[in-house]
Amino acid sequence: MYKFSYGNLKEYSRLLSAFVAAEKQKGLAVEVGNDLGIKVTLSTLLGLKGTDQDQVAVLVQIASRSQLPFENAENKVVWSGWFCCISGDDLLESVPEDFTCLSLFLANGAESYTAIVGSWFQKTFDCYFSRLTISPLNLAWMAAMWTGCKVDSHMAATELVFSVPCIPQSLDISYAIHSEDAKALWDTVQKTPGEVTQEEVNLFMDCLYSHFHRHFKIHLSATRLVKVSTSIASAHCDGNIKILHSKHLIGVLTLLTELAISQIQ
Amino acid sequence: ALPSWEIEGMQQRENAKNPKQALQVRRSSLSAWQIGERTAGPKTADLKSAQKHEKGKQQSASDRAGNSTQDHLEQALTYFERGKSSDNFNEVLQKHLATVESIALQRGLSPEGLDVLLNVALSGHLVNTRILKCLIPASVIAESSVVSAVSWLCVGKCSGSTQLLFLRWLIAMFDFIDHKEKLHALYGFFFCSLQDEKLGMQPHLQALLSLYKLFCPELVSITLPAKMKTYFKNSESLWKAAINTIRRRNQGTSPTSQQLILGTGHPQSRKRKWNTQLILPACSTDANNPTRSKEINHADILSHSESFPVEQLHTFSQLLQNIHRLEFPSQMGSVLRNSLLLHYINCIKDESIYLRLYYWMGQTLQEECTWYKLDNQQYEEEFKDFLDIVYKTECFLQEGFSSCEEFLYKSLPLWDGFCCRSQILRLVSWIPLSSFSEMKPHLCEPLAQLFFTSSLYFKCSVLESLKELLQNWLNWHVMQLDVESDPKISPLNTTLSGLVNSVAELIHFVGWIATVALHLENNATFLLYFILDFYETHSCPSLVFICVRIQRALKSLPFVHSFRYRTNLVAAKENELIKKTILQFKFSSQTYQEYNQYIMAMVGCLWTSSAFQKDIHPQGIRLDPEVLKKTRVQEVRNSFNIVHHPALMGYAILFLQQAWPEDKTLNFNLIKGRRWNWYLEYLYVQGLQGLKLFIESSINRVSQVSQTKSGNVQV
Repeated sequence: MYKFSYGNLKEYSRLLSAFVAAEKQKGLAVEVGNDLGIKVTLSTLLGLKGTDQDQVAVLVQIASRSQLPFENAENKVVWSGWFCCISGDDLLESVPEDFTCLSLFLANGAESYTAIVGSWFQKTFDCYFSRLTISPLNLAWMAAMWTGCKVDSHMAATELVFSVPCIPQSLDISYAIHSEDAKALWDTVQKTPGEVTQEEVNLFMDCLYSHFHRHFKIHLSATRLVKVSTSIASAHCDGNIKILHSKHLIGVLTLLTELAISQIQ
Repeated sequence: ALPSWEIEGMQQRENAKNPKQALQVRRSSLSAWQIGERTAGPKTADLKSAQKHEKGKQQSASDRAGNSTQDHLEQALTYFERGKSSDNFNEVLQKHLATVESIALQRGLSPEGLDVLLNVALSGHLVNTRILKCLIPASVIAESSVVSAVSWLCVGKCSGSTQLLFLRWLIAMFDFIDHKEKLHALYGFFFCSLQDEKLGMQPHLQALLSLYKLFCPELVSITLPAKMKTYFKNSESLWKAAINTIRRRNQGTSPTSQQLILGTGHPQSRKRKWNTQLILPACSTDANNPTRSKEINHADILSHSESFPVEQLHTFSQLLQNIHRLEFPSQMGSVLRNSLLLHYINCIKDESIYLRLYYWMGQTLQEECTWYKLDNQQYEEEFKDFLDIVYKTECFLQEGFSSCEEFLYKSLPLWDGFCCRSQILRLVSWIPLSSFSEMKPHLCEPLAQLFFTSSLYFKCSVLESLKELLQNWLNWHVMQLDVESDPKISPLNTTLSGLVNSVAELIHFVGWIATVALHLENNATFLLYFILDFYETHSCPSLVFICVRIQRALKSLPFVHSFRYRTNLVAAKENELIKKTILQFKFSSQTYQEYNQYIMAMVGCLWTSSAFQKDIHPQGIRLDPEVLKKTRVQEVRNSFNIVHHPALMGYAILFLQQAWPEDKTLNFNLIKGRRWNWYLEYLYVQGLQGLKLFIESSINRVSQVSQTKSGNVQV
């Protein structure tokens, strides 16, 4: 982002509120500062960093103000999104002064709001939003890495979804494994704790594939992995992420930041 | 296309009968209408009668055309025009409305149709909202329709929200209005309506005027609160997607279509993800200027150092006058359309500009590249247009973008050689000069793969773009030399040697692919033309006479090409001599040896009648006697000299005919001794100056009298 200043967050909030209200309303123009039904706030998320060199994460929230007079002015958050960059400085070269680099953007809420907020940012800061697509290779990495994470509380099943192109509609195969079994398998595969190599990931996936083949005579290696769900988080190849465990948030975001940066470069 | 036909038809009939009256009715109504006056009744009726007249004519014309959808449209329009506003919900109305809407969305509406519908919509019809929403022009909007529409606003028959919708429509379609002189006269009307109690100084009108003031401050006469920040809903989005589609369908090359792509619209009604349309951002002033939010600095006002808004930049003289206070637009990608801002970029040495443009272009190229997408048909046209724009910008700036270069390196391995072919090959010619070994795996290998497996036309296109690439490198280098008028030793040497290496390797690469291509395409003359074109273009000290290889591949050169080939050689020789003295560049002795060997081979062919002999150079043209026997060409040794060479044999024949007109047999052996000299003079007279230069510079005649077999070679 060009000329993005953390000191001006209030100003940005006002401008973005007006912009969102203008887009959502019918017909009339909206002046900045008037009473609108929408309130947008930009704030910083201080804890969301990997290293000290990372830029501070920014949170954008759209709250709709309740129109009814007798209700308390409790704003209901209808959309939120955040920019962050976790441990990105290893991969990015040094960024010049006027530029702020927050390579990962996560959004939750209606896509129309995402479009509005995104277009405002693009117009104002000359940045560019593109959808993060996760390849099956990277999804396999996530499956392996997240399975290996230790989770204390109840562990949900590990599920992998594969897509097979068929006529008329593509076929989805869902493969669910008990997370203890998956973890046990991963523990036998992984040689060095804390390190994951491509061979280990491949071996892990091959074991799962061969198990499936033994039972169903289907070669999953010929299909396309589209979604991975573990107790830590779930990821879809379209870029939809669900983070289920707060302890591993930074880890997941680090991985996503890495993917985002590699897609940019 | 149908709309243009309609307009043509209309004009014919207007000229035929009663045109002047109709027009005069309109004109008189306009002149009688003064600013602020409310007109009603008879004037509008006059307008309507004139339109009915024209509508009738139009209907008869369309009957002649026999187009059924056009008929439906005509019926619909006629219905609307004559229909009463009381039966609003009957089926006929709905049916006609649906017809109009569907045709509008498919093809757009003609100016006359728009005229009728505008009048209908603003005269109190209850379905006016739907009508206004489907008023999409196929080509232009007649100014008169807009004027009459505005006159309807004075009548006050339509509701406030309809008036507002009309204003939104007007804003969205402003660029389509063919003439605007009368519209300019109407601004007073808009200003007056601000004082109207009903509309009042609404924020949207204020915002509209302040926006207009940004573009044309001299036209907006009222005062507005300064620095007011207002946002409009992206009102064009209702129509924008439809407009774009119709543009493409009608293949409109009118300038208005070009302007349209400068949109900021992100269609929100789409269910799919946003950002799907490749739209170049419009030049808008950077709102994110931190000084704006602070208090006004008095010193700034006094020194008039306010920045010049980029929307007002229309002429070069404006650029020069305001160059010290011009700011870049908020989205750097918008400079691609604006040649004035490109001039500005050339002057400013700000890293952030390049960085912004680099990021944006890199991302856009990557995202919109159609051979990654699954269903790419609809996006291919947009992407092609975008690549064209990038290419034009590179030509304008006379240098290549590094983001473009990276895009090419990333995507050429995946390219099928077909999608956006001419655009991609043109962009290849602007790859900046760099070390060839870096370029080789990214550019040469994928290009070679495609080259060998593709059509003749593709091969020629690739050769042409490589020729342009070489030319651009040389031009760029010459510019660098000019800029650094006082060259320091080490940079000059490195850049020069880097250039020469890269150039040499490029030429070598081209020579390789050209030779193989000639084999594959069976010496097609079309291909040969492009190859010779390549070699003719460069004028740097050439190390390559891979032409010789080509000669070896051919048993007989076609006339035209070998002639050019000779001029190539001579030109290269001449330039080499010149450059040597100027640049004092050290050629390696190996280069000289190669060069000498080539010269000797050439002289052996041309002069001493010892072709294909005694050539120990690996790239030389020595052929074993057995091979020569197989060619079954008699007298191989002198088959390429200046008499027997196929390219020059015509001249030899003419010479013989002139010298011995009575001799019907063409005995080429007669041309020896002093007749050889005559023949040589004859050739010079015929204009073969290149040959003259070559022979005079490369061949030292021992004596004028005895010359045929002996010739020393001198460099």
